[in-house]
Amino acid sequence: MNTALTILADGVAYASWLFIVALGLTLVFGVLKILNVAHGSFYAVGAYAAATFVAWFATWGFAPWLSLIALLLGSVAVAALLAPLTERGLLRVFYGRDEVLLVLVTYALFLVLEDLMKLVWGVNPYFVTAPYGLFGNVQIGGQSYVGYDLALVAVAITCGLGVWWGLNRTRAGKVVLAVIHSAEIAASMGVNVGRVYTFAFMFGIFLAALGGALTAPMISVQPGVSVAVVIVSFAVVIIGGLGSIEGAAIGALIVGMARSLAVHTWPPAELFSIYAAMAVVLIFRPEGLFQRVKARRI
Amino acid sequence: MRIIALAVSCLFAASASAQETFKLGIVSFLSGPAAESFGVPAVNGAKVVLEAFNKGQAPAPYNKTGFGGMRIEPVFVDENGGATKQVQELRNLYDREKVDAVVGYVGSGDCLAVAPAAEEMKKFLILYDCGTPRIFEDGQYRYVFRTASHAVMDNVALARYLKARGIKFSTVNYINQDYAWGHDSRNDFKAAAAQLFPGVKNQADLLPKFGAGQYGTEISALLSQPAELTHSSLWGGDLQAFILQAAPRDLFKKTQVVFSAADHVLPGLGDRMPDGVILGARGAYGLMSPKSALNDWWWKLYSDAYKTYPVQAPYRMVQSLLGLKLAVEKAMAANGGKKPTGEQIAAALKGSEWESPAGKIRMALGDGHQAVQDTAIGRTKYDAAKKMVTLVDIQRFNADCVNPPNGVKGEDWIKGGFKGAKCD
Amino acid sequence: MKKTAAMGLAVLAALLAGGLLAPKWLLFLVTMSAANGLVSLGIVLMMRGGVVSFGQGLVFAAGGYAAALVSNKLGVSDALLLAAAGGGAAVLLAAPFAPLLARYRGIFFAMLTLALSMVLYGVLMKSESLGGSDGFNMRRPTLLGFSIPDAWSGYALYALVVTIAVLLSTAARVYFDSARGLVALAIRENELRVEYLGASVRRVMALDFVLAAFLGGVGGALAVMALGHIEPQFSYWTTSGEFVFVSILAGHHSVAAVFAASLVLELVRSFSSAYFPNTWQLALGLFLLIVIRFLPKGLGSLFNRFSRQAAP
Repeated sequence: MNTALTILADGVAYASWLFIVALGLTLVFGVLKILNVAHGSFYAVGAYAAATFVAWFATWGFAPWLSLIALLLGSVAVAALLAPLTERGLLRVFYGRDEVLLVLVTYALFLVLEDLMKLVWGVNPYFVTAPYGLFGNVQIGGQSYVGYDLALVAVAITCGLGVWWGLNRTRAGKVVLAVIHSAEIAASMGVNVGRVYTFAFMFGIFLAALGGALTAPMISVQPGVSVAVVIVSFAVVIIGGLGSIEGAAIGALIVGMARSLAVHTWPPAELFSIYAAMAVVLIFRPEGLFQRVKARRI
Repeated sequence: MRIIALAVSCLFAASASAQETFKLGIVSFLSGPAAESFGVPAVNGAKVVLEAFNKGQAPAPYNKTGFGGMRIEPVFVDENGGATKQVQELRNLYDREKVDAVVGYVGSGDCLAVAPAAEEMKKFLILYDCGTPRIFEDGQYRYVFRTASHAVMDNVALARYLKARGIKFSTVNYINQDYAWGHDSRNDFKAAAAQLFPGVKNQADLLPKFGAGQYGTEISALLSQPAELTHSSLWGGDLQAFILQAAPRDLFKKTQVVFSAADHVLPGLGDRMPDGVILGARGAYGLMSPKSALNDWWWKLYSDAYKTYPVQAPYRMVQSLLGLKLAVEKAMAANGGKKPTGEQIAAALKGSEWESPAGKIRMALGDGHQAVQDTAIGRTKYDAAKKMVTLVDIQRFNADCVNPPNGVKGEDWIKGGFKGAKCD
Repeated sequence: MKKTAAMGLAVLAALLAGGLLAPKWLLFLVTMSAANGLVSLGIVLMMRGGVVSFGQGLVFAAGGYAAALVSNKLGVSDALLLAAAGGGAAVLLAAPFAPLLARYRGIFFAMLTLALSMVLYGVLMKSESLGGSDGFNMRRPTLLGFSIPDAWSGYALYALVVTIAVLLSTAARVYFDSARGLVALAIRENELRVEYLGASVRRVMALDFVLAAFLGGVGGALAVMALGHIEPQFSYWTTSGEFVFVSILAGHHSVAAVFAASLVLELVRSFSSAYFPNTWQLALGLFLLIVIRFLPKGLGSLFNRFSRQAAP
């Protein structure tokens, strides 16, 4: 019983972390039709930005709980500065080109950001552990968990519900949905598609940076943070269906639970369990679990 | 003999033209996950030491300017990007940049890949850091050397430390990265523990992906089936993340954790590093380095330049450069004071020995191509007054106690009960 | 067809002669980029039908591991046999997936091929008998029963790789210009119409995938012979990404452009790595962006423009 509970708790905690990042990835794909390989780099920039803000807050002598605000500010800064710069300055040039070509553009961006981060923050590690102890520990099924890890579950649920509500229940959201459905028709109805793209990209990048910022307290922020994230969040999004929010949630849970199950019962399976799940889903549901099949144009 | 060689080389040093330079390729991680912990500190170490060599400011017998009067001109290359890129760039270094020697490579896969390339080109190569014993156990080389012990030493020393300190345990959990380094380290420790602690039971054997970052699930698994001892060869960012996430969940209080290569995270982690963790540094490096004039000089040189003390990566770099310096100068003397060829440097380095800040390095294995060195293991203790992690209960191990004899594979040596080991 | 063959021979003769004069480092770079170019040629083959594989690392690694294992375990050392073994192994591995993949298009084709290559990567990382993540080394091959002396090893491999590359790309050119090959272009434009005209789109796509696998496998085998080492990285997504980049850089109009693009990428990487050790990824990334921006149809479009101007 306790083992089952532990597997569940670990799976959900991991899935929450993954979901925050994957949600951003799927949102950007849904609206802009760009599979962003550099998503992991924005995650890393978010972690660095959070480290910088937490350090500033510490020098100003703010209370420790305010460091949570610093994490948030870090990701907002990335979304407000770096995201529009990337979208307007770089991606916009390539709109209308092949989807695969855009994957390559973001791959190039990934390479560029990797070195830019090094130029800005150097290679020495940053530690922002202050927020990690804020929530104490929680007992679940005979295991002691760090409260912060479980708080991430709440953040993930908030993000998911927020995005769902925003898209389906607000006017702005309906406009975004219209653009997702057909950018051309939306434009002819008077929607400023360019602006929708910019905001959607900013929000997607905000989620990536938030994922990084929230992870920063439990890791050492240093080069190489970005590499591992991107490939697992890819798997999540592919499993769930590119562009689908529910899909990202289910995909994250599948990956989280598969990983947790593997680690607790058969550790050697962990490395390729994710890719195998991805391949199986793609073979049986090529568009992912949650995507509608597009009509073929004659 | 060595003194004569040195004296002769002194005589000829003057005849080397002041214009002549020795071009040295240095390859290590300047980006990616290994940059922070291994690559950049090692390259930083190389920079200050080479500068000191060029100014002739290193202590005797390393006090000649440059390499025997030749000015050393380093060329740095990033090791990030996979073994294929390394083979190509190594060829470019020799053929296009015309370097006279290359010192480099942290990744074991990179070392395995570049060694045959250098051999084929008949160019001189020192592998300064990588851990896999396979290089000289499976292959034979004329132009390739490794100036540090391979990874068998690290885990044998850990097991011997536990034995010597009377630490009792009957169950072990493992957490190692899912690639060759992690697998090899786990296998070596498992085998060594089976020899020294018969009847030990191995429990969880976790292999998180390299660069995973999230260890919550693994920590739950380690805690749900706690063992008396937990072994890990994690390093760099992965190790730091693991410690940060495991400490609040009291893993370090519920089990004795042993790390095979963890010294490099101590300066960064500071008081976040739990007390009482037993760890190695892949040599008698950093806080476990022996007292000597050479070590004092090196420690000061590095600390003054980078405001932190040197850990394993720069130590391994400096020991390779010191060995190379003596070998080049010896070969130069044998070559009538002229710049030696790769072949002559190889002949000079083969089977040689020299003093390094971490003690004596002897090219004793792999037919004179693979070094052995002393090592040490210690236990962490945070010193609030100095605001740094210190190591206590440090115990040293002779090179011959923790390294296999020449011609014996590390794995076989452990499983055969450490035959020929000399511990005093 | 005769004209294509004659041109192939002329190019080959020029390359073999030029190799005698080139410095060693360039020779090796050309050898590697020709081997890699074969993999990208496979992608170009698929690109003509409108799909791009992001998982050619799968067949590249399959070919490489097969050649290295046949050499080490079975003692076969002849380079031509090893190259054939690499191509054959890749075809064997890819063929079962071909009918399945033939149904996919666009980003889904790209992602499924990526997933397959990553599964192979995971399996290789786990295979301790194959050296796990460190991989293993392979002896230098022999050529037509002769062992290659050290001094000539670079040139011999260069000659071998260049010869195979020219032969296979001439064959590819012939295939591209054949009726069956041209169907792919029609599929790229509109596959429903092609179906109505009576051709089987899936059969063409499946065949192209298998042919691409053969090219990738031969490329992998040649690369491992030149490198002397193989590791799971061959199947990693970044490796596949570089093959795709070369195909995009080349465009699907010219076969020669594929090899030119492959060489350009290696040169840029090599020089930026040597001269900007701290920012070589930045330099490489900017180079990719500039190329994608200013050469939308690839290097091949340049070639075609020049040849059209020369012979109106």
